[in-house]
Amino acid sequence: MSKMPAWADAVLVPLISIFLAAILSALVILFIGEDPIAALNLMVDGALGSTYGWGYTLYYATNFLFTGLAFSVAFHAAQFNIGAEGQAMLGGLGVAIVCIVIPWPHWSLALIFALVGAAAFGAFWAAIPAYLQATRGSHIVITTIMFNFIAAALLNYLLVNVMRPEGSMDPATGKFPEATHLPTLHDILGVFGIPFSKAAPANISLLIGLIACVLVYLLIWRTRLGYEIRAFGKSESAARYAGISPVKITVVAMMISGGLAGMMAINNVMGEAERLVMNATEGAGFIGIAVALMGRNHPLGVLLAAILFGFLYQGGAELALWASIPRELIVVIQALVILFTGALDNMVRMPLERLFGAVRREG
Amino acid sequence: MTAPAIELKGISKAFGPVQANKDISIRVMPGTIHGIIGENGAGKSTLMSILYGFYKADAGEIFINGKKTVIPDSQAAIAAGIGMVFQHFKLVENFTVLENVVLGAEEGAMLMPSLRKARKELTELAKEYGLKIDPDARIDEIGVGMQQRVEILKALYRQADILILDEPTGVLTPAEADQLFRILDRLREEGKTIILITHKLREIMDITDTVSVMRRGEMTATVKTSETSPAELAELMVGRKVLLRVDKTAANPGKPVLEVEGLRVVDSQGVERLRGIDLTVRAGEILGIAGVAGNGQSELLEVLGGYRTATGTVRVNGEEIDLTGKHSDGRSRRARGIAHVPEDRQSEGLIMDFMAWENAVFGYHHDPAMQSGLLMNNAAIKADTAGKMERFDVRPPNPRLQAKSFSGGNQQKIVLAREIERNPDLLLVGQPTRGVDIGAIEFIHQQIVRLRDAGKAILLVSVELDEIMSLSDRIAVMFDGRVMGERLPGETDEKELGLLMAGVTETAA
Repeated sequence: MSKMPAWADAVLVPLISIFLAAILSALVILFIGEDPIAALNLMVDGALGSTYGWGYTLYYATNFLFTGLAFSVAFHAAQFNIGAEGQAMLGGLGVAIVCIVIPWPHWSLALIFALVGAAAFGAFWAAIPAYLQATRGSHIVITTIMFNFIAAALLNYLLVNVMRPEGSMDPATGKFPEATHLPTLHDILGVFGIPFSKAAPANISLLIGLIACVLVYLLIWRTRLGYEIRAFGKSESAARYAGISPVKITVVAMMISGGLAGMMAINNVMGEAERLVMNATEGAGFIGIAVALMGRNHPLGVLLAAILFGFLYQGGAELALWASIPRELIVVIQALVILFTGALDNMVRMPLERLFGAVRREG
Repeated sequence: MTAPAIELKGISKAFGPVQANKDISIRVMPGTIHGIIGENGAGKSTLMSILYGFYKADAGEIFINGKKTVIPDSQAAIAAGIGMVFQHFKLVENFTVLENVVLGAEEGAMLMPSLRKARKELTELAKEYGLKIDPDARIDEIGVGMQQRVEILKALYRQADILILDEPTGVLTPAEADQLFRILDRLREEGKTIILITHKLREIMDITDTVSVMRRGEMTATVKTSETSPAELAELMVGRKVLLRVDKTAANPGKPVLEVEGLRVVDSQGVERLRGIDLTVRAGEILGIAGVAGNGQSELLEVLGGYRTATGTVRVNGEEIDLTGKHSDGRSRRARGIAHVPEDRQSEGLIMDFMAWENAVFGYHHDPAMQSGLLMNNAAIKADTAGKMERFDVRPPNPRLQAKSFSGGNQQKIVLAREIERNPDLLLVGQPTRGVDIGAIEFIHQQIVRLRDAGKAILLVSVELDEIMSLSDRIAVMFDGRVMGERLPGETDEKELGLLMAGVTETAA
């Protein structure tokens, strides 16, 4: 089969997919009687036109970054982790416990332990389906989905019956202590004299997310564990031959995945809400699947895809606010992007491959 | 002068940039057996697929009995009197012989008349060609040789005058292969035309009238079988002189390296796959395990390689190894000096999507020499791989190519280089030359013999009897999970081994 250069595979295919999704979205907007150009302007302006917009775009992107990385690590071990949503919820629980129970002297210490708590809770939540898959053959897609519901029910119970402050009508924890509040991008950039919106929720978690990108890259492509994860993901029979334990790799890869998903909570729970509320994850666990697929399960691709989806989220919210375009339409646009970049990948790839093959034969 | 049964003129077929068939012309006279021989990927199967209507040729014409014929699909091929017996049978396992023969050739809405007619015809065919078979036996209850017979009957039932057989002996015991050849002989006498595709020179010499040699999509020669020799055919196939016999001196066995006693394996279905195996392999000798595929050889290799549990005793260099506990994995085995070239390099020995350098440390990736701190030392691994590729003549010698982009022979060389260069005490080798070109076979055999001469013990499993006969210093024959007997290659022949492979014991034989 003729193959195209790596840059075309990594850059051209997603770009064309996004372009096609954009055209279809424009048609849909036209169809409901709105102006697609104006809508696009509104989205770009709302998401990227101000530091306030950027602050939200990057905040959403940070969520997707963690869940996208989570999905991709599991994917390298051929495990379809649909449970990032539930793992992130449990991560939120870990963060809340760390922040409420211990009186922290400084946010940096609180952040380190909140990260550990978030990762541990998320990893634990992923470990159970992983163990069931590895030893009993219970399909991980089914079990992780079920664990999302269990996580939601568990949080519901805890927030209503255990963690709700006395006298509050709101099923949520109380505000975390002042000392656990994370510096926002406004605070961080302020040190360098760069002005940034004070109201936007983007915070230091973004930097943690970038570090996680680098660490995931090193883990997957440079360590023995990553090598074993990839080997197992490509061929279980070969892994067995090489002496790689399927149970160990499945559980370890899923725990890393769940840990990453759980870590999302430092962004949305600790960084933004500063308390644990119901349904804090807002579907970011599922968006992570699309982000990982679009990013080709590579940390750099995941980062770029996370920013794109952050843009879609923030731009979509602006669209719903200022134009008479219903909020649901933004779900349609996001769905189209997922459809084209994920499911219809070959539709773009195959003609491109033929094109490159033809060009090569000419030359 | 009679018209040829089949004549192909200027057939060409390309898959993308790969020219699978290049301007191929061939004439097959009626009532003859015509062999087509060539290495894997030479284009034999593509050519037959064009003849059977699976592919459309880019250029060229097909004449059947002198008449120009267009064959757009297999229905048209059957209508033109062409029958095909595939390497992998296309039979419904839980149907009877009769039902399989009728399948796809039913007449009318009701089944009974067709079955009655077929039963009568089968009896006639059996009488005419010596193709005896029980029409009411279920496919999964009869042997591989019989299943192949059903495939032939299916073609004859559809009035085929031209039979194409694709690597028909790959799954047969020598005795079954002999039977097949007697049937083919009989079919030829009755005026049928047969095309035999194979990569085994011996079969070509035994049965064909004429033989065509294919190399890299081209027909390099068509000769009368009586006027050629295996050496000449091999040279035509590969494009250079090939050594057909393995060049080796007598073995000089030392102390026992591998001792197996009472090894038993029960699979997940509760079937006993190994029923008490006793074996010893000494330093400096090659023990060959002969047998038809599926008689426990794979399980034996898997147990020794550490990825199947078993009961019994296995000692390596006098020390017992763990067969069930937490040290019964590939990593522990490698630490004990056991290297393993698995039977299936594509699903076990290599990760096809990994690059050559990633594959070249597969299983040995814990080696401290390949680490730098917490990370793997990719630069060192790549340099090491480049050396291995050069020493084992892997082409192209590029460590950054994915395993799947190498040919079968070069893939096997990567596995072999990885396992042999670890300098193991014991090398397990399964099907070392399956799907490997003749040119690479020679090289692979030399490497195995060289390791033996370095005083290492080698356990060789192969379904190719020729390979077992020429490489082994001792031969053990396996049948139904047991060792039927041991022979010395100089003191036995294919007939005796064939009987043992079919489960006939010494006393009965």
